[in-house]
Amino acid sequence: MLVEIKDAPFEPYQCLLDYQANAGFAGKYGATAAFVGTMREFNQGDDVEAMLLEHYPGMTEKYLEKISAEAATKWNILDSLIVHRIGEMLPNDPIVLVAVWSAHRAEAFDASRYLMEELKSRAPFWKKERLAEQTRWVEKKT
Amino acid sequence: MTTKAVITVKFFASLREHVGQTEAEVAESGMKSVADVWSQATNNMALPENTLMAVNMEYVDSSCTVKAGDEVAFFPPVTGG
Repeated sequence: MLVEIKDAPFEPYQCLLDYQANAGFAGKYGATAAFVGTMREFNQGDDVEAMLLEHYPGMTEKYLEKISAEAATKWNILDSLIVHRIGEMLPNDPIVLVAVWSAHRAEAFDASRYLMEELKSRAPFWKKERLAEQTRWVEKKT
Repeated sequence: MTTKAVITVKFFASLREHVGQTEAEVAESGMKSVADVWSQATNNMALPENTLMAVNMEYVDSSCTVKAGDEVAFFPPVTGG
């Protein structure tokens, strides 16, 4: 189980491969579910030029570790990885990677969905978008 | 060895801009709850309705009690992922 905050652009698929190569579950996993969130060049009908992602150092990591531990309790999974970007980013930059490994697909699908939903509702991150003429904080979505 | 009887207060994102400060220290004396800490640190600004609160990096509500050495944080709904 690993949680990582990156303050520079990262390649999520390389992170997944690197973690998998060094993990202790070789030969045991039959399923890998990966979710990658990417920055769009539009939001709420406006062109977005850039985005600043802020976090609460310490609490963010704590909550990502907490939800990872919860997923490992709720489902029979082998391992999980969460990588999340902070700082100034541009459209097409990856924002988040959530990956889960399990013996069978149902657990990997369900646990990765859980991690993403809990991350979005509980992990302290905030997005501020830069549009052509202004900046604005992203409001909570339902 | 004495430690200062203070509570550290942090503000994040739009709420930091709203209150105009990133971090503050308030004297622990007279501080019973997170709501008291907010009032003291912000000079009695109204607490925005959807504000989230944490004590020592755990979510709490505004009635949560506080003690010297605590870190109290206020921030808007989270928007990561």
